[in-house]
Amino acid sequence: MHPAPSVIFFTVFSGIGFGLLTFLGLGYPAVTGWSAFAFFVIGYLCAVGGLISSTFHLGHPERAFKAFTQWQSSWLSREGICAVVALILMALYGAGLVFFGQRWGLLGVIGSFFSLMTVFTTSMIYAQLKTIPRWNSPLTPAMFLSFSLAGGALLAGQVTWAMALIAISGVIQVVLWMQGDGALKGSGTTLATATGLGTNGSVRAFEPPHTGTNYLLKEFAYVVGRKHSMKLRTISFVLMVVLPVLLLALPFSHWIALVAVVSYVAGTLASRWLFFAEAEHVVGLYYGKR
Amino acid sequence: MTTLPQSTERKLGLVIDLDTCVGCHACVISCKGWNTENYGAPLADTDAYGSDPSGTFLNRVHSYEVQPSQGEAQLIHFPKSCLHCEDAPCVTVCPTGASYKRTEDGIVLVNESDCIGCGLCAWACPYGAREMDAVEKVMKKCTLCVDRIYNENLPEEDREPACVRTCPAGARHFGDFADPESNVSKLTAERGGMDLMPEQGTKPVNKYLPPRPKDTLSEGAGDIDILAPYLEPVAQEATGFLGWLDKTLEKL
Amino acid sequence: MTFQQPKINTSPHVSDEVRKTTCYMCACRCGINVHMKDGKVAYIEGNRDHPVNQGVLCAKGSAGIMQVNAPSRLRKPLKRVGERGSGEFQEIEWDEALQIATDWLAPIRKDDPSKLAFFTGRDQSQSFTSFFAQNFGTPNYAAHGGFCSVNMAAAGIYTMGGAFWEFGQPDWDHTKLFMLFGVAEDHDSNPIKMGIGKIKARGARVIGVNPIRTGYNAVADDWVGITPGTDGLFILSLVHCLMKAGKIDVNYLAQFTNAPCLINGDEKSPEFGLLLRDDNGKELVIDRATGKLTPFDQKGVKPDLTATHRHAGISHRTVMQHMAERYLSDEYAPEAVADRVGISAKRIRTLAAEIARVAFDGAFELQQEWTDFRGETHKTMQGRPVSFHSMRGISAHANGFQTCRALHVLQILLGTVEVPGGFRFKPPYPKPATAHPKPHCGTTPDKPLDGPHLGFVHGPDDLALKEDGTPARIDKAFSWENPMSAHGLMHMVISNAYAGDPYKIDTLFMYMANMSWNSSMNTRGVIDMLTDKDDNGDYVIPRIIYSDAYSSEMVAYADLILPDTTYLERHDCISLLDRPICEADAAADAIRWPVIEPDRDVRGFQSVLCELGAKLGLPGFTNDDGSQKYADYGDYIVNHERKPGIGPLAGWRMGEDGLVNGRGGINESQLDNYIENGGFWVGHIPDEALYYKPWNSAYQDWAVGMGLFDSPQPYLFTLYVEPMRRFQLAAEGHGDRQPPDHLRERIKATMDPLPIWYDPSPDNHCDDYPITALTQRPMAMYHSWGSQNAWLRQLHGHNPLYLPTKLMRENSLSDGDWAKVTSPHGEITVPVLEMAALNENTVWTWNAIGKRKGAWALDENAPEATKGFLLNHLIHELLPPKGDGLRWANSDPITGQAAWFDLKVRIEKADAPSESQPAMGPIKSPVGKGPMQLAWKVGK
Ligand SMILES: Nc1nc2c(c(=O)[nH]1)N[C@H]1C(S)=C(S)[C@@H](COP(=O)(O)OP(=O)(O)OC[C@H]3O[C@@H](n4cnc5c(=O)[nH]c(N)nc54)[C@H](O)[C@@H]3O)O[C@H]1N2
Ligand SMILES: Nc1nc2c(c(=O)[nH]1)N[C@H]1C(S)=C(S)[C@@H](COP(=O)(O)OP(=O)(O)OC[C@H]3O[C@@H](n4cnc5c(=O)[nH]c(N)nc54)[C@H](O)[C@@H]3O)O[C@H]1N2
Ligand code: SF4
Ligand code: SF4
Ligand code: SF4
Ligand code: SF4
Ligand code: SF4
Ligand SMILES: [Mo]
Repeated sequence: MHPAPSVIFFTVFSGIGFGLLTFLGLGYPAVTGWSAFAFFVIGYLCAVGGLISSTFHLGHPERAFKAFTQWQSSWLSREGICAVVALILMALYGAGLVFFGQRWGLLGVIGSFFSLMTVFTTSMIYAQLKTIPRWNSPLTPAMFLSFSLAGGALLAGQVTWAMALIAISGVIQVVLWMQGDGALKGSGTTLATATGLGTNGSVRAFEPPHTGTNYLLKEFAYVVGRKHSMKLRTISFVLMVVLPVLLLALPFSHWIALVAVVSYVAGTLASRWLFFAEAEHVVGLYYGKR
Repeated sequence: MTTLPQSTERKLGLVIDLDTCVGCHACVISCKGWNTENYGAPLADTDAYGSDPSGTFLNRVHSYEVQPSQGEAQLIHFPKSCLHCEDAPCVTVCPTGASYKRTEDGIVLVNESDCIGCGLCAWACPYGAREMDAVEKVMKKCTLCVDRIYNENLPEEDREPACVRTCPAGARHFGDFADPESNVSKLTAERGGMDLMPEQGTKPVNKYLPPRPKDTLSEGAGDIDILAPYLEPVAQEATGFLGWLDKTLEKL
Repeated sequence: MTFQQPKINTSPHVSDEVRKTTCYMCACRCGINVHMKDGKVAYIEGNRDHPVNQGVLCAKGSAGIMQVNAPSRLRKPLKRVGERGSGEFQEIEWDEALQIATDWLAPIRKDDPSKLAFFTGRDQSQSFTSFFAQNFGTPNYAAHGGFCSVNMAAAGIYTMGGAFWEFGQPDWDHTKLFMLFGVAEDHDSNPIKMGIGKIKARGARVIGVNPIRTGYNAVADDWVGITPGTDGLFILSLVHCLMKAGKIDVNYLAQFTNAPCLINGDEKSPEFGLLLRDDNGKELVIDRATGKLTPFDQKGVKPDLTATHRHAGISHRTVMQHMAERYLSDEYAPEAVADRVGISAKRIRTLAAEIARVAFDGAFELQQEWTDFRGETHKTMQGRPVSFHSMRGISAHANGFQTCRALHVLQILLGTVEVPGGFRFKPPYPKPATAHPKPHCGTTPDKPLDGPHLGFVHGPDDLALKEDGTPARIDKAFSWENPMSAHGLMHMVISNAYAGDPYKIDTLFMYMANMSWNSSMNTRGVIDMLTDKDDNGDYVIPRIIYSDAYSSEMVAYADLILPDTTYLERHDCISLLDRPICEADAAADAIRWPVIEPDRDVRGFQSVLCELGAKLGLPGFTNDDGSQKYADYGDYIVNHERKPGIGPLAGWRMGEDGLVNGRGGINESQLDNYIENGGFWVGHIPDEALYYKPWNSAYQDWAVGMGLFDSPQPYLFTLYVEPMRRFQLAAEGHGDRQPPDHLRERIKATMDPLPIWYDPSPDNHCDDYPITALTQRPMAMYHSWGSQNAWLRQLHGHNPLYLPTKLMRENSLSDGDWAKVTSPHGEITVPVLEMAALNENTVWTWNAIGKRKGAWALDENAPEATKGFLLNHLIHELLPPKGDGLRWANSDPITGQAAWFDLKVRIEKADAPSESQPAMGPIKSPVGKGPMQLAWKVGK
């Protein structure tokens, strides 16, 4: 898949943002007043910023409100609804903390639930796609959720949680990578089934239907070299798992925590880039690109 | 509802004959022409005369080489447009309801004024049947020429998709798969019409007729030995041949 | 929220008006419905009523709308102001343009009309352009057939009075075995596809003989991946097998062919090898009933195929006996040819057996009575459901004429020409070579030529030679070098004019041919010839006038450009006098008419010729008072008469009482009648005349009524082509007109009156260059025109060289690598791709995709120019030197057909260059560049 920066940015930051909101909703850290304000600003910047950036890849962002209508069938629609509900609930809950010094616990829990649901629905947009076997796995929501929670914990300053969650997400990530590498093969979709010609012999793509490019090739035919991908996986793993965990193991300091966050975000961006760039859409088979 | 209809009254679609398609691209261009002028926004082209031309097409013709375990490699031309799947994942993923499957005939359409151009339906389609228009920024796909097949401004005989009407080889057939007596149902039954990527569970309506067996007049193939008697010599050399000719002329 | 399925308008307004005319995105000439909205072209579809395409339309045809709005369209007459080839022009008014042309041409006509060479490309108004040239008086006129497929046309007409090309068709409704030799697309693009579709729907068999398995050959049930250039040998081996097994149609051969005709066996006679004839010139046969010598066409004659006529101690044997002697010889046994043709002996036999099975076991009869030219009535029409079609794959070789002949001989032996299920002619064919004109070259200053330029020679006397024996024509057509060059040799014009051999010319006037690019062999060399100057600093070819509709590569090399309209903006005439659109069941012709007005200052070329002809005072173009005779081409189409009652169009002529078809007077509203009828006219052939046309009196009578002939012209198929023997006799020393000595042996060897095969590859140094390099036409592109089309160029924007798996491995190449391809003449470096379904010593690419930078209003970095390429750089119009001090033409020695497909190359891996090599510098575009974006919708 074409790794569109807006989508990478959106999923990473909204994930972290909603992760942070989740923790805040559950009362970690138990802040009020200005410091609550600061946490919420960070949470909203990430979550809303991510959401806004996701509209950059829309052809018609001005019609985006229509995306709320199909919640019965569409994960994207559900994501939109969850996000709005989560943001509204968390805003109310945040207002309580900031302006009234009150923690409306139930509201926070429900807000946290919707925050997590937002991340989950986002992940389901990808996980539901049979056309992209690498994504079409329960590990995809697990990965999104663990990343989101780990990022949230990190920003929420929940060091122990953060270390545990980062470690868990690291494990999920590695399993997802390993599983993903065999996913296209495992899906059973091949050029032979794509063309139905498999019974006649071995099938090879000959002339493409056009020498010029098109939307499909730009969107789906992206391929990352094996070497390149291994390198990026290592870098991403070091940045998002190894480094933050080591740093968090050190005696706490705001500076160290900041470095851990930056490292985590950078690693997650790299991982997310790979998530898209490595994803093989079966349509590539038709173009002989797999 | 962008949830799919339980069933549709009719199941309109195409049969594409891989045994007959010569790969001429006529269907590609007539589709481009009709759909540029008709349903929705024109199918745009960017850098049209430049170094990297790219455009929206609703129908494309691939070609594949098939190497059988025995004998010569074969080449198959392979037209592909939307298959109007019964379980169309492109429809259910659509957040806006722009993508829908019509209850009356099963045609999968995009209502362009509702489309936000998120591209998710194209991600969900295994067949590459949807292309985002670079100028209009909405999703385009085969409409099964919904603006032709019922069009009362067209003569009756022209109420068929542009690509079917134009196909010089007669490799494209249009009809109702819900009707077992229709031409498309019969062809599918007779020639073993198949689904593309059945494992994707999309239940495509369009069917593909597989190529017939090839090269049966070559070594290792069936017909070769049965035919030998047809070359039983009447004579080995010229004089004998003339004798045979004489006898034959006598009989005329 | 419940979802409301949108209500859509399923009956939108389609168009304001449909205008029916004829497509011109290729020479197939399908009928089109042009849908108009707001006075603009909105959509083009096939016309269901049209005889050619019956509603279907190919990719090019549907993309016509992008041709009509192409930014490459020329806008105004152009006068060259920079050096030739620079592309520097000044726009001028039509008056000035016509004056310049007149000033150049008038003096030539006065002094020596042959100083004008007027050559037209693949146009469809040859009867008109030749009329202009004839009136001008120059012998130097031809269209493009010489580099296209004259072998096919000439071999067909000399052998059976009609050819494949678009002039005949298989009996699609009845054939059960269709064998296709060397065709990628052909002129009958849509009809062939429709036919193949029909055959396949019936489950009948298609066999493709072609080194490359794409397109028609991909859908063929059996693919015979023959070694290029060896079809003749393969076909004669099939002939061998079939004759040996007696699987030939004896009755047909005896009645309708010259198989029973007697050949003069007197070695000492100057007529040795010619047919015995009576005093009226009628071929003689022995009648089996009487045992007597008799003209072939007498009532009740039963010609004897095996007879020998002994006279004065000399045996005169039949053509059939000569054939038996030759083709039964082991030389043609499958085992003897298998290695060379690359098909196993067993497979050759199987193919022959299948042909035999279908032709004879599958024979059937149509219940239709008919009467032959001998006056005999046949109760039924015997069908033989085997049909063949073929085109440039066998004709564009130096042995192409004989190969095409061999294929016709095979068809005739099977008795499957003009019979149900076989191959059928389309009017005005069948028409024997003897019914065609002979070439004329008699020039007189200030006078028209003494007759039509092109035609069919029947012996040395008919050659176009000057008194001193040198060629009379600039292209050396109808000279000893290529005696039977029925279409002229357009590909030799520029090099001959440049060399001043046979003489110098003053003005080269060309129309619709991209001669500085894909239409020429040796493209670079031709460009040099067009731009080279003599010691005085003058161009060696002094003046070049060119008419094109678009900014092609050729435009830059002309001094004066006459911009043509596009096909929807002008009158055209697809005439029975020329290349009509007939079907085997019907005569048909058609028009184009201005369905839109040009938005530029351009004029239809034919209309321009009407004006120019008048300015030059050409008799055919001026009235007695000196005024212009035809206001424009539309006026000519209606009012011109070749002979009384015969004009360009056969439909809706004026009879004594009302409108008639075929022969008839001028009808002022003829064009309107055509337009009302959808742009075409069809005249059906009566049922009893549908088959056996060359011998069928009902057909002959119908043809006379239509004006195709002036009197019935029944004839025998000529398995044995006597005119060829006449050239051999001359080469053997008989007669007054003698060939130059260096050509004697070649004429003796190649002009065999019975088909032979010879190998052209040694002349192309096949030892050093063992691989054959071919081109194929892409179905969706028309030569160089396609690239200016925004839709089509996305399909074929560049062209790889396809290599068979074996050559990929041998050269450690993989897809996307580049290779250097070297021929005896030149080298190119191009991207390669692997193809398995390909003859293992053959490489190929799509034809004419490569473009010159700056042409066609494309960006200079267009892939057509950076990755696309032409094979033409590797092909020379002359063969590599043989060491005899002479340079021989790279063409068929009989017809002069350019031998495009004899190209031999070598391949090696190369580092990827930044673009395909050779890369030529850009030319300046006279029309600017196209827009970035297109979202073409006229009815908003
Ligand atoms: N390597 C290789 N070369 C080949 C061949 C091959 O097989 N291989 N094939 C050969 C054969 S068979 C042929 S016929 C030639 C074809 O070669 P050409 O006859 O040269 O064909 P085009 O490239 O189409 O060039 C025709 C010109 O006509 C112009 N034109 C188009 N429409 C109009 C119009 O309406 N009016 C006017 N006035 N001009 C118009 C186009 O712009 C173009 O410049 O190529 C030959 N060259
Ligand atoms: N779409 C489209 N249609 C066209 C044209 C076009 O440019 N585009 N051009 C028109 C013109 S001008 C012409 S002349 C016709 C030509 O139409 P075709 O005769 O179909 O010409 P080519 O495309 O040159 O194809 C030649 C075929 O012969 C095969 N071949 C080459 N050498 C041999 C051989 O030795 N033996 C055998 N058996 N096969 C061989 C090649 O593989 C190729 O398939 O097409 C006309 N129609
Ligand atoms: S082919 Fe693709 S676009 Fe068409 S219905 Fe099926 S999934 Fe949807
Ligand atoms: S691109 Fe348009 S049609 Fe496709 S899913 Fe998005 S909104 Fe629906
Ligand atoms: S049915 Fe209509 S829209 Fe669909 S591919 Fe054919 S022409 Fe295009
Ligand atoms: S028009 Fe017909 S033959 Fe041509 S590519 Fe399309 S399906 Fe194949
Ligand atoms: S074959 Fe195609 S381009 Fe040629 S005349 Fe017919 S529709 Fe036009
Ligand atoms: Mo040609």
